Amino acid sequence: MEVRSAVAGRSPGADAWRRLRRNRAALTAGAVLAAIAAACLLGPLLHPVPPGEVFWDAIQSPPDIAAGHPFGTDANGRDILARTLHGGRVSLAVGLAATLVSLVIGVAWGSVAGYAGGRVDAVMMRIVDVLYALPFMFFVILLMVFFGRNILLIFVAIGAVAWLDMARIVRGQTLSIKRLPYIEAARAGGLGSAAIIRRHVVPNALGPVVVYATLTVPKVILLESLLSFLGLGVREPATSWGVLIGDGVANMERAPWMLVFPAGFLAATLFCLNFLGDGLRDALDPRDP
Amino acid sequence: MLTYAVRRLFGAVPTLFVIVTLAFFMMRLAPGGPFDGERMVPAEIEANLLRAYELDRPLLAQYAAYLGGVLTGDLGPSFKYKDFSVGELIRNGLPVSLRIGGIAIVGAALAGATLGSIAALRRNTVLDRALMTGAIAGVAVPTFVVAPFLSLVFGVYLAWLPVAGWGDGQWRHLVLPVVALALPQVAYVARLTRAGLIEILRSDFIRTARAKGLPERAVLFRHALRGALLPVVSYLGPATAGILTGSVVIEQIFGLPGIGRHFVQGALNRDYTLVMGVVVFYGALIILFNLVVDLLYGALDPRVRYD
Repeated sequence: MEVRSAVAGRSPGADAWRRLRRNRAALTAGAVLAAIAAACLLGPLLHPVPPGEVFWDAIQSPPDIAAGHPFGTDANGRDILARTLHGGRVSLAVGLAATLVSLVIGVAWGSVAGYAGGRVDAVMMRIVDVLYALPFMFFVILLMVFFGRNILLIFVAIGAVAWLDMARIVRGQTLSIKRLPYIEAARAGGLGSAAIIRRHVVPNALGPVVVYATLTVPKVILLESLLSFLGLGVREPATSWGVLIGDGVANMERAPWMLVFPAGFLAATLFCLNFLGDGLRDALDPRDP
Repeated sequence: MLTYAVRRLFGAVPTLFVIVTLAFFMMRLAPGGPFDGERMVPAEIEANLLRAYELDRPLLAQYAAYLGGVLTGDLGPSFKYKDFSVGELIRNGLPVSLRIGGIAIVGAALAGATLGSIAALRRNTVLDRALMTGAIAGVAVPTFVVAPFLSLVFGVYLAWLPVAGWGDGQWRHLVLPVVALALPQVAYVARLTRAGLIEILRSDFIRTARAKGLPERAVLFRHALRGALLPVVSYLGPATAGILTGSVVIEQIFGLPGIGRHFVQGALNRDYTLVMGVVVFYGALIILFNLVVDLLYGALDPRVRYD
């Protein structure tokens, strides 16, 4: 006989979504973020000016919508709006790709360490501890100095730096997950360790991982723009918000618009990502009503 | 306590060893030598150069020599500043960096703790929300945006303070760099203090303190803050790393002759030994600070036992 409760159940996912929707700050942040991403992706279609094109009649001219340069032009007569949008593509791409790299390494490392336990776990986490104490920003700069600046290396270097926290979080999750009955059932059913980690442990550890990834993206974007700002990151003709801000600082007394627009985009993006990450963390916290 | 300190100090050795080793072998794996320039150098001169910097010896011998040098505080000659050793460059820059970084970190801890306490005591008021939104902005908006902005407003438009420069370290030259450097840390410390204090104010021993009739001021300063500031103390380790990273940018923007500026210039000039030396030095500094923070933590929290 089938017994059904009269009250409809609420899944943890639905609960989280409900809490997130109540958090107006996080929702606004998400909307602004979507708008910025859309502008960077689709904007160049509406404002089809190549970011490298030089307008000889408009060198370092202030913002002027009628002249076709709503954000003005830089010291080489290049359109700031086009450069900001194209630079945004690079910054956002670096943020997402490097976070993905850190996600893959961190989840693999943490779940294996946590599931294996014992000496394997001790050695793997000891490695994480030692790496954790290294001044990483400086190692990324060392990498850039020694191996030349190319964008692929930036992805890899930053991603390789950012996985440590992820590994710790996933290991913590794995330690509690591996004691649950369904893992025991899977093992009793003859599933190998690798398959258990892949099919049961990792999917169930994903909640906190997603939250942490949201908070990793702004860190990564910040690191990339810091490198580019110092002249150690993305190289001309490619551009990113960091490069543009660096240019803007060099010219800020004569042409403040060169600094204001890219800096505004970067700051807004980082601000929103932090808000969204905080909101997601609160939403997924089941202790909250 | 002493045995713990000694043991932790020995625990730091492998970390420092990893730093030196990684830095050294990354440099050796790098394509191209330090003397590859636009100018073609005759083979004999290049051989002499390599000999002068001991780059012609076997790799392991070079590695051993570098390790030995690090132990005795000798970080080798700079590749680009011909008459200076890396150690001298770091010693020259240290007073500047130390002054700015020191003021920034102390100021950040004080300001952050004060603002965080105010937010916690006025929880869920407009003031609290404003402070916490400001704190997220402080964490989110990068130093290299804040610093030029401050310089533009207070240096160029209002002309209250110098736009850049060191000026023999007069306070007028220190204000903007220190504020820009401290802001993200102020924001972070404020968030930590607020969270810690809210949690503590709910706990039983605070209720006891109030119940026995202690004035609110005594409850706050003698009982609550001590516990609430523990997370702040343990954050001071990462904060040091943050200040070091920030000082690289700040010194570049304000044109200050500190270590961070040497580091960036060295990186742009491919001055391998200088960059490595600064990384090793910073690494040692961060490890040292983490050690100090751990010991301090034990002194403040009676529950921590060293065994």
